Amino acid sequence: MASPSTLATPGPPITRHISPLSQIGHRVATPLRWWARSLPLRVVSTTFVASLVVLLLGGFLLMEQAKAGVLAEKRQSAVAEAQAAINRAQQQLYAAGATSGNVNVVLTELAEEVNQRGTTSRQYYVVLRGPVSDLRQTAGVKADSVPQALQDRVLADTDGTFLTYTTVNYSDPDQPSQPGMAIGSTLFAPGMGSFAIYLLFPLTEEVNTLQVLQQAVVTSGALLVVLLTGIAALVARQVVTPVRAARLAAERLAEGQLDDRMVVRGQDDLARLAISMNHMASELQKQIQQLEELSRVQQQFVSDVSHELRTPLTTVRMASEVLHDAREDFDPLAKRSAELLQTELDRFEALLGDLLEISRFDAGAAVLSPENVDLRALIEDVVRAAAPHALRAGTPILLHAKHGCTAQVDRRRVQRILRNLVVNAIEHGERKPIDIFLECDDNAVAIAVRDHGVGFEAAQARQVFHRFWRVDPSRARTVGGTGLGLAISMEDANLHGGWLNAWGRPGRGAQFRLTLPRRPDTILQVSPLPVVPRDLTGIQGATREVTRTLVAVPEQDVPVPTSDDAAPGQAEESEP
Amino acid sequence: MSDTPKSRILVVDDDTSVAEMLSIVLRSEGFEPVWCAHGDRAVNTFREAKPDLVLLDLMLPGKDGVEICREIRAESGIPIIMLTAKSDTIDVVAGLEAGADDYVPKPFKTKELVARIRTRLRRLTPASPERRILQIGDLEINVDGHTVKRDGAAISLTPLEFDLLLALARRPWQVFSREQLLEQVWGYRHAADTRLVNVHVQRLRSKIEKDPERPEIVVTVRGIGYKAGEPAGQ
Repeated sequence: MASPSTLATPGPPITRHISPLSQIGHRVATPLRWWARSLPLRVVSTTFVASLVVLLLGGFLLMEQAKAGVLAEKRQSAVAEAQAAINRAQQQLYAAGATSGNVNVVLTELAEEVNQRGTTSRQYYVVLRGPVSDLRQTAGVKADSVPQALQDRVLADTDGTFLTYTTVNYSDPDQPSQPGMAIGSTLFAPGMGSFAIYLLFPLTEEVNTLQVLQQAVVTSGALLVVLLTGIAALVARQVVTPVRAARLAAERLAEGQLDDRMVVRGQDDLARLAISMNHMASELQKQIQQLEELSRVQQQFVSDVSHELRTPLTTVRMASEVLHDAREDFDPLAKRSAELLQTELDRFEALLGDLLEISRFDAGAAVLSPENVDLRALIEDVVRAAAPHALRAGTPILLHAKHGCTAQVDRRRVQRILRNLVVNAIEHGERKPIDIFLECDDNAVAIAVRDHGVGFEAAQARQVFHRFWRVDPSRARTVGGTGLGLAISMEDANLHGGWLNAWGRPGRGAQFRLTLPRRPDTILQVSPLPVVPRDLTGIQGATREVTRTLVAVPEQDVPVPTSDDAAPGQAEESEP
Repeated sequence: MSDTPKSRILVVDDDTSVAEMLSIVLRSEGFEPVWCAHGDRAVNTFREAKPDLVLLDLMLPGKDGVEICREIRAESGIPIIMLTAKSDTIDVVAGLEAGADDYVPKPFKTKELVARIRTRLRRLTPASPERRILQIGDLEINVDGHTVKRDGAAISLTPLEFDLLLALARRPWQVFSREQLLEQVWGYRHAADTRLVNVHVQRLRSKIEKDPERPEIVVTVRGIGYKAGEPAGQ
């Protein structure tokens, strides 16, 4: 096979192989495609995510504010409570200062006393620090509940009262630790120095309150998200249902059900959409009906023109033949006129036939009637019919085929394609040999017609199939094609689901390759023959071909091939 | 062609120039043309002129070609060749089904038309000594008498249908492709419209088969063509 990048023709689509990588891509792509395809899904999930974010943020702020409020209050009351307790303790200490001797006893008693008050009101625990730097906690809490930072500050500033948050650890291992507040201050005992007092306020109530609040926020938030999502789904449905109806109506319209209309309900935007759709549908219907009418009129017109032209042409043709048969009796001028009349009538008739054929394709009236055809025999038939042309032009024709190929094709159409290609090759082949290659595989059969004549620019590989296109407008036609041959051939190939490709280079000749599926229902993937001639690429077929000379030109007529392109061409003909 | 009495050819065509030109050509080829320009008069002219062959344009004022074809066929088996300017339409098949033997698309080459006419006027005459009575299925074909009998009862066939049956019966071992039949019976040298064969095999079957849906005399060989059925009782 030629590399696809060298194709300068309306060539075959390059087949893609599905790689494992792209299969993985498929698995990822499916939900993505679903997402991209479903508007309600997008609306619902966007709403879900957005409301979730909003509620999370709102809930967080709410909780923060509640926490701050609750704590501020607690703090206020704790500070007041602590102040009162400390003042009382201080007074007690002053009062006791004169009588007692052992500071530890005093402190213990003091702590017990303060603690008693605190625990009965279930408000705080007391921790005292003696001058010998040991912490004396009251029953129930551990001394390490007082953070080191607070201790340091109380030590550093004996005049102030300080507050910080901490974790209250209980001495009972079954009781879990709790967040709390620690308030520290300094007591002065006359004659015994100063020592720190810490009051620990567990935030049990506040934590409970906040937990209940949090639960409420989470529950109501979740409910809200679900409800919002539901509402979004409902709204999306409301919008999408008419849009879907519009889509279905458009699809039905596209399928050709032009009488289909949407139901208009209400006066909203969607109703207006329906009205616009219906308006569009009726406009479309009108246009299509007009076009159909035009096409019908056109077809009828072409058919009528055909008939009207053919009837007088019949008379002219017969008259011309009578004159032509009698031309030997005429004077030279009249004789030549009769001959010209005859040949030009042939051309006129061919042109009329081709025009009608093209108009039949344009009208979509061409029908394929496939049958089993031996293509090698068909090629031989076509070449036999074209042999007089070839001999007159002095062009030998060679057929290279390994074996016969059969295919389910429309005999008449394939014959016409091949005739066009062969006649074309003779016309532009400049008396150099024409090679016809036949090759087939399980699915396709390919026939390439290669000439070594004038060729054409690579960019013209498409234009050669245009109607009435000529390689060189100034070049005279020798065989007298109508200029529609290749256009019709292309249509014939397309009707088979086949390809017709052209390759050409100025001075190096041209190759036309016809590829047809062997059965009408198969889709062509690859052609058994390359577009670029083998004599230029040097790539040979898999097995040896048998070359047969279909048209041999008598010795003296064989043109001497020019050196540049003859060598590879001849190498191929020398197969045994 | 040495038809001592000139073959009379009825030309039914509304275009006077074509008709006149046809007359000139036919006369120069040794035929005797009779012209009729209107569809409604064609059958009457046919009855009066008793032609050997009819050239029938399909598009006519008054009665159209297909209808005329059917009416002529109802009373005679003489060769009918349609002239048509619309070779691709169903008109051709309609004409063939109405009983036309062949068709020539306009514009035609004179030689082609004359060849068609001569083929239809010529009868398949045995080239070498052969059996005068042929057996195909339960039919008995009398080659000289141009008759076909089943159990002694004659079946009326047009000459073309007879030729078609005879072509198959002469070589009962051979499967004929449509192209071969076109060459042998219609005289086409190159591949022509195989609809001719299909339509005429159908017409022939409707006359000779006991059940045209399940033919036993003209048997279809799928993908190839047709062959004669086995002679009965062998």
